[in-house]
Amino acid sequence: MRGPHDLGGLPAGSVDLSEHEHGFWEKRIDGIRLLLADKQRRLISVDEMRRGIEALGKEAYDKLNYYERWTASVTGVMLEKGVITADELGRKIAEIEERDKARFEDD
Amino acid sequence: MSEHTHDHGHDHDHPHPNQPDIDSEPMGYYQLMGSALGELLIEKGVITADELRAAIENVDSRSPEGGAKVVAKAWTDPEYKARLLENGTAAVDELGIDMPATHLVVVENTDKVHNVIVCTLCSCYPRMLLGLPPDWYKAHAYRSRVVREPRAVLKEFGTELADDVEIRVHDSTADMRYLVLPRRPDGTEGMSEEELVELVSRDCMIGVTLPRSS
Repeated sequence: MRGPHDLGGLPAGSVDLSEHEHGFWEKRIDGIRLLLADKQRRLISVDEMRRGIEALGKEAYDKLNYYERWTASVTGVMLEKGVITADELGRKIAEIEERDKARFEDD
Repeated sequence: MSEHTHDHGHDHDHPHPNQPDIDSEPMGYYQLMGSALGELLIEKGVITADELRAAIENVDSRSPEGGAKVVAKAWTDPEYKARLLENGTAAVDELGIDMPATHLVVVENTDKVHNVIVCTLCSCYPRMLLGLPPDWYKAHAYRSRVVREPRAVLKEFGTELADDVEIRVHDSTADMRYLVLPRRPDGTEGMSEEELVELVSRDCMIGVTLPRSS
């Protein structure tokens, strides 16, 4: 069966040539992946990264944008390997969300 | 990357190491996840904040200029071109571009053959030479169609090739990346290597356009 990532030869619309400046969050996950993959750490290989993306399932694959898929995959592999735990991740996300919300609660 | 500064009316001492560029909207779920991942890895000592800053700078510093220098050198130095076509990875290393764990294959355009690169399965791309891939390279339409109807796709980029030119589409893999060596434009015989670099765009090294001639 064709996975959601396997797009070669399928019908599709015209190519959207518009481009965007990469945001900091996109470069950050790229940088995190580079570090985790380097010789010193070897915590994620290209193949593990791809497996994580391909395992997202069609709905998520189509819905998430490129670096969202990367984020899901790198984070998933770090959870699998026990580098971080789901509990730590959940708490940290909540903490950062609170901090982020505080930016909009001026005065 | 500018330093994040606050001007929202209260003092606080918590660090904001991972602010997004655009501060006007709350962070989305995956931005939060990426930020949380980064902070946890730093807290656990898996990576350091300095390493992460340097890695982001590294991501930022790569641009198509690296690839353009390779192409301009190949246009002006036949021996370099021969080495480049023989072993791309080793030849770009000569110019200080390290492509660890990937094999670079350089494909040469001629008056009979035009090469185009794609990664139908994901977005494999010679980032060390071209910088971060453009959105369209990663998107469904290009990945789906360029292997089936390359002429139609090239036309959308404004590129029309003569009917007798064979188009070869190369599908990249995680371990093998391609770079198109475009044809040196006619009328550039008197130009220096530095001037030639200016003619070589990212898109002509992907093969969706042709190099400028002036």
